[in-house]
Amino acid sequence: MMYAHSSHQTDQPILDARGVSVRYNGRAALENVTFHLHSGERVAVAGPNGAGKSTLFKVVSGALPPDSGEVNISGSRPAKHSCIAYVPQRSQVDWNFPVSVADVAMMGRSAKLGPFNFPKKRDWDFVRHALHTVELDNLATRQIGELSGGQQQRMFIARALAQEAELMLMDEPLTGLDTPAQEGLLNLLDKLRADKVTVMVATHDLEQAASHFDKILLLNKKIIAFGEPRSVLRAENLLIAYGGRYKAVDDSCCEEGFDERAH
Amino acid sequence: MSALINGLAAPLQYEFMQRGMIAAALVGALCAIVGTYVVLRGMSFFGDALAHTILPGVAIGYLVSGGARDTLFWWALATSVLAALGIGAVSRQSAIKEDTAIGVIFAGMFALGVALISTVRSYAVDLSHFLFGDVLGVSSQNLWLIIIFGGLVLFTIGAFYKEFLTVSFDPILAATLRLPVNLLNNLLLTLIAVTVAVSLQTVGVALMVAMLVTPAATASLLTRRLPSMMALAALLAALASVIGLYLSYYLSVASGAAIVLTATLFFVIVFIWKR
Repeated sequence: MMYAHSSHQTDQPILDARGVSVRYNGRAALENVTFHLHSGERVAVAGPNGAGKSTLFKVVSGALPPDSGEVNISGSRPAKHSCIAYVPQRSQVDWNFPVSVADVAMMGRSAKLGPFNFPKKRDWDFVRHALHTVELDNLATRQIGELSGGQQQRMFIARALAQEAELMLMDEPLTGLDTPAQEGLLNLLDKLRADKVTVMVATHDLEQAASHFDKILLLNKKIIAFGEPRSVLRAENLLIAYGGRYKAVDDSCCEEGFDERAH
Repeated sequence: MSALINGLAAPLQYEFMQRGMIAAALVGALCAIVGTYVVLRGMSFFGDALAHTILPGVAIGYLVSGGARDTLFWWALATSVLAALGIGAVSRQSAIKEDTAIGVIFAGMFALGVALISTVRSYAVDLSHFLFGDVLGVSSQNLWLIIIFGGLVLFTIGAFYKEFLTVSFDPILAATLRLPVNLLNNLLLTLIAVTVAVSLQTVGVALMVAMLVTPAATASLLTRRLPSMMALAALLAALASVIGLYLSYYLSVASGAAIVLTATLFFVIVFIWKR
């Protein structure tokens, strides 16, 4: 069984945030954030820069305790769960680090192995299977800096799979990727649905959020709207979230046309 | 050919030269392996600072023992571990930037060490040994301490290989895997500290950062996997130590400086070749 842990406590939401608030030096980063996710859901977290998307991920992963409110993962605090995978922004990674793609995937198992143990056949099987799922089998022995942007993101997904993660947090994974790489990544996320992996993706692209995710969480320190894309991406919600800096998706064509005429 | 063999064999007729060679090669390899993490984690300045910070401890041991060298290793070890954990704690929760805090502490401690040693009338020779090492003065007791403590450090690095790798490459992953991140970081600082203490006799505090950083940096240009980087760094450092000692013997150059210059030359050659 690959995801042996995903079957337990199905009556509890995989992620349950209640009244979560975080302040940095007195300034609110998150205010009274309440929502919950069920196992296998895929959620796009959207909002302007500084909306608190990364802060929310830190709280959910257990790296940052909230100043008030609470987060529960399958019924208990995140701090002891090893089923949460955080996929970093590509700009935060040292791509010269002397490790191979398979080495990075194996890191996902370093806690499960326990102290003093080295990877066994079973662990290599996990890694091989994970790399197969993300279609990086052929690049397993490459140094990580040799990968393209899309391959780098898929490598971290393989690491999350090797970790047997049930909740995957991805910080701007689509940023800086070309269109085919974005499509490849989004298709891969679709594939993970079969494994009941819950995915939260921070993104700027509302169109992709609408077309590829079950739900959108529109955030600007508070939750502006949360639910199916159609109900979230209303003009009034976007106006609150982006303060008029963002037109609803359908208007974008006309605005460009206007600019062209102006020149 | 026989002239070359004679040239290589000549220094080895002295027992202190043999001991010095072995000690320098072992310490070089140890520093290089530990230094791999120093380089990968961007801790060069920490390593340099730590080496300098142990001087007051060594100085107190030197004053207490009335100039004897036998117990200095233990003073160096205790000071080094304390300083490493202290710097680690300060840099984690400081209102000023980490490198600034380290700079203030290490310069102050170094000055204190120099001041303490200068209270002894004929301090110049001993001070220069602390600063630049005295590899030809390695006793067989020193050699045993190097073997035992160096072995302990290497064993620990092997035992926690995957943990150190994970926490160095991606601390956030280590945290979400619920690895004991603080404990691992402090353990790594302690290993660097033990290495610094072990290396005091051969390279001295002023040049120690070169042994931690230069061979590992050279190896990082040549390999793309951590185990081979460690092995290559150790090999380069041992080689630089032996070649450096021969140069020191034949050119009458200070031994620590000759070793560091040889290691630096390796780096420059590889750097130019790889550009």
